[in-house]
Amino acid sequence: MALKIVKGSIDRMFDKNLQDLVRGIRNHKEDEAKYISTCIDEIKQELKQDNIAVKANAVCKLTYLQMLGYDVSWAAFNIVEVMSSSKFTFKRIGYLAASQCFHEGTDVIMLTTNQIRKDLSSPNQYDTGVALTGLSCFVTPDLARDLANDIMTLMSHTKPYIRKKAVLIMYKVFLKYPESLRPAFPRLKEKLEDPDPGVQSAAVNVICELARRNPKNYLSLAPLFFKLMTSSTNNWVLIKIIKLFGALTPLEPRLGKKLIEPLTNLIHSTSAMSLLYECVNTVIAVLISLSSGMPNHSASIQLCVQKLRILIEDSDQNLKYLGLLAMSKILKTHPKSVQSHKDLILQCLDDKDESIRLRALDLLYGMVSKKNLMEIVKKLMLHVDKAEGTTYRDELLTKIIDICSQSNYQYITNFEWYISILVELTRLEGTRHGHLIASQMLDVAIRVKAIRGFAVAQMATLLDNAHLLTGNTQRNGICEVLYAAAWICGEFSEHLEDPMQTLEAMLRPKVATLPGHIQAVYVQNAAKLFATVLQKHEGETDSQAAQETSQLLIDRLPLFVQSANLEVQERASCILQLVKYIQKLQQKNVEVAEEVTALFAGELNPVAPKAQKKVPIPEGLDLDAWINEPPSESESEDEKPKAVFAKEEPKHYRSRNTEVDEKELARRREVRKQEQANNPFYIKASPSSQKVYDAPGVEHIPVVQIDLSVPLKVPGMPMSDQYLKLEEERQQKEKAERKKKEKKKKREKRGKGRKADSGPESEEDITPAQHVDIVTEEMPENALPSDDDDKDPNDPHRALDIDLDKPLADSEKLPVRTHRPEVLKSPAEDRVSESVPPETKKKSSKEKKEKKKDKEKDRKRSKEEKKKKKKHKEVEEELLESQPEEPVQSEETKEAAAPPTSTSAEASDLDFWLSSAPVPPAAQEVTVPSSAVETSSAAVPESEPDEPKDTEPEDTKSSKHKKKKQKKEKEEKEKKKKKRHHHHHHHGEAGGEDSVQNGTVEEEEPLPPMSNYSVLAENSFIKMVYDIQGNHQDESKVVVSIIFENKSDSFLKSMEFNVLDSLNSKLQRPEGAGPHDGLTVPFQLPPGVSNEARFVFSVQSIVMPQKLKGTLTFIVKSDESSTHEKLDFKLHFTCTSYLITTPCYSDAYAKLLESGDLKGSSLRLEGINMPFHHLLARICFHHHFSVVERIDSCASMYSRSIQGHHVCLLVKTSDQTVSIDAKCDEPSLLGNVLDELKQTFSKC
Amino acid sequence: MIKAILIFNNHGKPRMSKFYEHYTEDTEQQIIRETFHLVSKRDENVCNFLEGGLLIGGSENKLIYRHYATLYFVFCVDSSESELGILDLIQVFVETLDKCFENVCELDLIFHLDKVHNILAEMVMGGMVLETNMSEIITQVEAQGKMEKSETFVFQCPRQDR
Repeated sequence: MALKIVKGSIDRMFDKNLQDLVRGIRNHKEDEAKYISTCIDEIKQELKQDNIAVKANAVCKLTYLQMLGYDVSWAAFNIVEVMSSSKFTFKRIGYLAASQCFHEGTDVIMLTTNQIRKDLSSPNQYDTGVALTGLSCFVTPDLARDLANDIMTLMSHTKPYIRKKAVLIMYKVFLKYPESLRPAFPRLKEKLEDPDPGVQSAAVNVICELARRNPKNYLSLAPLFFKLMTSSTNNWVLIKIIKLFGALTPLEPRLGKKLIEPLTNLIHSTSAMSLLYECVNTVIAVLISLSSGMPNHSASIQLCVQKLRILIEDSDQNLKYLGLLAMSKILKTHPKSVQSHKDLILQCLDDKDESIRLRALDLLYGMVSKKNLMEIVKKLMLHVDKAEGTTYRDELLTKIIDICSQSNYQYITNFEWYISILVELTRLEGTRHGHLIASQMLDVAIRVKAIRGFAVAQMATLLDNAHLLTGNTQRNGICEVLYAAAWICGEFSEHLEDPMQTLEAMLRPKVATLPGHIQAVYVQNAAKLFATVLQKHEGETDSQAAQETSQLLIDRLPLFVQSANLEVQERASCILQLVKYIQKLQQKNVEVAEEVTALFAGELNPVAPKAQKKVPIPEGLDLDAWINEPPSESESEDEKPKAVFAKEEPKHYRSRNTEVDEKELARRREVRKQEQANNPFYIKASPSSQKVYDAPGVEHIPVVQIDLSVPLKVPGMPMSDQYLKLEEERQQKEKAERKKKEKKKKREKRGKGRKADSGPESEEDITPAQHVDIVTEEMPENALPSDDDDKDPNDPHRALDIDLDKPLADSEKLPVRTHRPEVLKSPAEDRVSESVPPETKKKSSKEKKEKKKDKEKDRKRSKEEKKKKKKHKEVEEELLESQPEEPVQSEETKEAAAPPTSTSAEASDLDFWLSSAPVPPAAQEVTVPSSAVETSSAAVPESEPDEPKDTEPEDTKSSKHKKKKQKKEKEEKEKKKKKRHHHHHHHGEAGGEDSVQNGTVEEEEPLPPMSNYSVLAENSFIKMVYDIQGNHQDESKVVVSIIFENKSDSFLKSMEFNVLDSLNSKLQRPEGAGPHDGLTVPFQLPPGVSNEARFVFSVQSIVMPQKLKGTLTFIVKSDESSTHEKLDFKLHFTCTSYLITTPCYSDAYAKLLESGDLKGSSLRLEGINMPFHHLLARICFHHHFSVVERIDSCASMYSRSIQGHHVCLLVKTSDQTVSIDAKCDEPSLLGNVLDELKQTFSKC
Repeated sequence: MIKAILIFNNHGKPRMSKFYEHYTEDTEQQIIRETFHLVSKRDENVCNFLEGGLLIGGSENKLIYRHYATLYFVFCVDSSESELGILDLIQVFVETLDKCFENVCELDLIFHLDKVHNILAEMVMGGMVLETNMSEIITQVEAQGKMEKSETFVFQCPRQDR
């Protein structure tokens, strides 16, 4: 064994590592493939060795080869081996390889479950991190189900690094295992308020991604997100939230109203273009959702359009592009405000950047009206001629067709013009969109009856000049239009002037070079034309012409009978036989025209594209049931007709079947050929027909190839431009006429069978050139009015459409492994799983509320029951004292059984939030995070007065009872308060969590409530509290959040906030405002309401605290009077407010201290008699520190200023004395921070 | 969501590819080729956004790219990502690479594909943005690098003795 290892090590020295491999590949440029195949052989040898290092090296090389396009799935098992190495280095290589090449079909994935679970619970955070990263790439439904619970536990890990990864990966887990969404959601929601910005951002990310797909389930989170939006300074998070609101507003217009103001503020204040752009986008979404209900938001629209115009005019192409993109969204609802910028958009069509041109095209789509359609299309046609590169030209082509055909040809006044445009478009070289033009031609000809005569004439010319379209092999795509042309000429042949000539054109030998499906249409329609010709000549004494026609067909059709295409062959031989028969009859002078025409009688009606899908399945019809018993394998004869039948099955089955059918058909064709070859009675294909197949051009007819690079002007084809002039003339003439015939016009208009007439402007004045009757598409009777046509049944997000507001049932809990003892758990995690069981975290605040409701219900029940219950509760209460989590758990199980009334409760919560002023009254202590908690705490005082009433009758019974009861109530209140505060000290708790990372698990008392908000100023009308936070992104900015609370009974409005700037600190004012102008507070306050506003200050030096004087002016409006009031205040910028909670790891911390760049200072505090963890929590919370390490009564802490100064503290405590040794690279900053620390603790 | 992150050079040679949805190796190469084809023919001074190619996701997706010297960095994203945000992210990515490799050049990426992947893993996870703060990314990358170093040291010791 030892020898083996030695051998392995020696081998390893000769092995290529990744660098050698890359170098080798670069040195073998000529025979790269060969070199790599030898390398792969080497790798295969390496993988066979026992040495894990050799294996890891091999796998690492495979990852590189995978990138070059080599399939490495054969090494999947070895990858798993490397993943399970105990060395981080190898593990990482293994997981990387797995993330690059594992997928749901990889079978060895199921071997990884336990390894991943082990890594997830590894004491080394990077093992866990690597496992999470890898898992995010290859998670399968099985892995998701088995690991969901482990990952959920990690969401509350002490390390933010793990937390944020665990939160993010939950999205993938939800996708693969939708059942996990509901149990995990409450914790996910909790993470929205995680103290670590990275975790918070991850949670926002996940919820936004979820909500984007099923927005309605996340409406109830709107208040929470609203709060985040107004408090977060992380642009990345802000963008996500704002995007999310964009998705939510269409569902709840009231939300939109609430959003407009903060968003417009952001638009004005932000300097980040990305944020500005997303704000504009969401404002647009809001305006779209409001467009029906709100009369006047023109100011916001104007603002948006204005900002967008600035973007479009910017020299930065990116901004230009995005500006156009957003503009197109406004266009949908407010076309007029965009139409005024037509000049700008047409200008963009000439931009050198294709992306920008395409966006501009999109905009044009929405800007057309009946008036300007012809003009715009003319411009586009010019661009078509100029355009280089087929993709852009194709795009132009589709755009022209889209623009013209939009909303049922609403803007087309002259269909002759449109047909000529289509015909002109056929002259495009190398376009891929022949079929699009063809379908337009068909659609117009079928649905606009009045145009048929004109269309047929045009199509006949097209057929006549078919050689121009097919002559050039490059122009193959365009020959599709011949399909349409032939069909139109045949179907509406009664309009043809000279059917004989068209017939002749359709039977030219050159036709045989066209694709099969077009030939088939040619043949079929030749027969229709034949019928028409017969009809025309019927009754003439001289039957010469009719007989000539028959002869023509008999001469030419054999060419098609020999076609290799089955369809063509079949049709041609049918028709040939028919014509031969007719010829016989003709010779006998029998009148046949009537009967031949009858073959093609009947009008074809257009059918709506979704019609087939909408046919309801009749009752009792089971399409999956066998009509006859399934045939046994041997009866292959029976199978055939079934397969043919399957082709005609309803559309939605077809997509699945066609593939099979094609394969099946090919197979059967083979079988049949075999059969035919063996069948002596079967007449085999003649060699000549085989020839035709080989050389499509018929050899004996000399064909002159006309290879035209310049599109010819086909003689006799009208140019669309002429119509433009004609149209102008016509409109003028009409105008003159209209004055005379006012009354007549009205009648005419009513006669028009067009439904869409809601075009903008005065375009209704333009009457179409022809009397147009657009036939609407047919739908089957009793079609189901369903909207979900567009939803893809395979969309994985469909499964995530889950009601998150319903309480959790027991059955929904995530599967937890119980059959095996816990493997290898870090002490930190033990703590997580022991002291905070998942159930408590899972509890959403709304459930708490529901519980309260239940209690209220209970109260109303009979007293007897109550007494019993009381006893029960007392027991519970006792439990509560000893073990705080217990009652919560027991009550939850009770809830699970209770009927789910919470959905309505939740809805009313949201209603409350939406209908009240921006922030509910309970937000006086704004640290309360979620709205549900807010409202429940607001509701507490209301419900409590009920309780004494209930107890009154009990007075007589026993006073002892009463006391008990009161005591109980007190406790209950306390409990509620505790719960409410649970979130309050979340920031502090994070420090506490960190503090135990070294395994000191101790029963620590809950922390007292804390708030960072301090009073700024107060008078009889208004109270202001404020908090100052540093900005992560900008080292010279701090954000001051101020909560304004209306204490009076009057309405407060027109609040203006102003501060006297100092040299060092300045209030950020919008562009254009003077240095002494105040800022308008963007809301008004009804009585008793409070709301929060944020102001950004720029600071230069942060080493000194500073006070700024300021004034708030406002108008107090009561029923009878209104007065102007003012309130002076002093904003105190402490040095603490420049610090940002930044996590730091002990090694980095040690390095920092060793570096010697830091200057020290110290502080002693006497008479502190609070528990050590409270002390730490206070420092964390009030002074934005984080705990690096804690050992017993000694802790190291770290924080960073917005300008990157490091501040390190070593806090020790013994007997009411706390000593703090501090180090910082900026002594004066440190001194001030220590002073502030001292002050904090002198207060208590 | 980010669907894929591709790095290739001016000749279309892949330097790193990360797909957050599964494709076969052939399709991946096709996507890289197609993307290169789309991106490389664009001038320097045009916008950095492109409507998605045919292979990867269709019309919902966008290609957002930046061109640095010899390398193209292309992110394929869907509509939930902010275009300008992703541009910034690419910048952060490149700057992080620059810090980690000290003046990064194409050769660094060629020879240290695994390291590039590891750096990327600290920024984007499973198609979602994990971290945008450069110093945080570098801290984590360096901490892992240190761990790796300590392991290889232990590992190589016996060999040196012999």
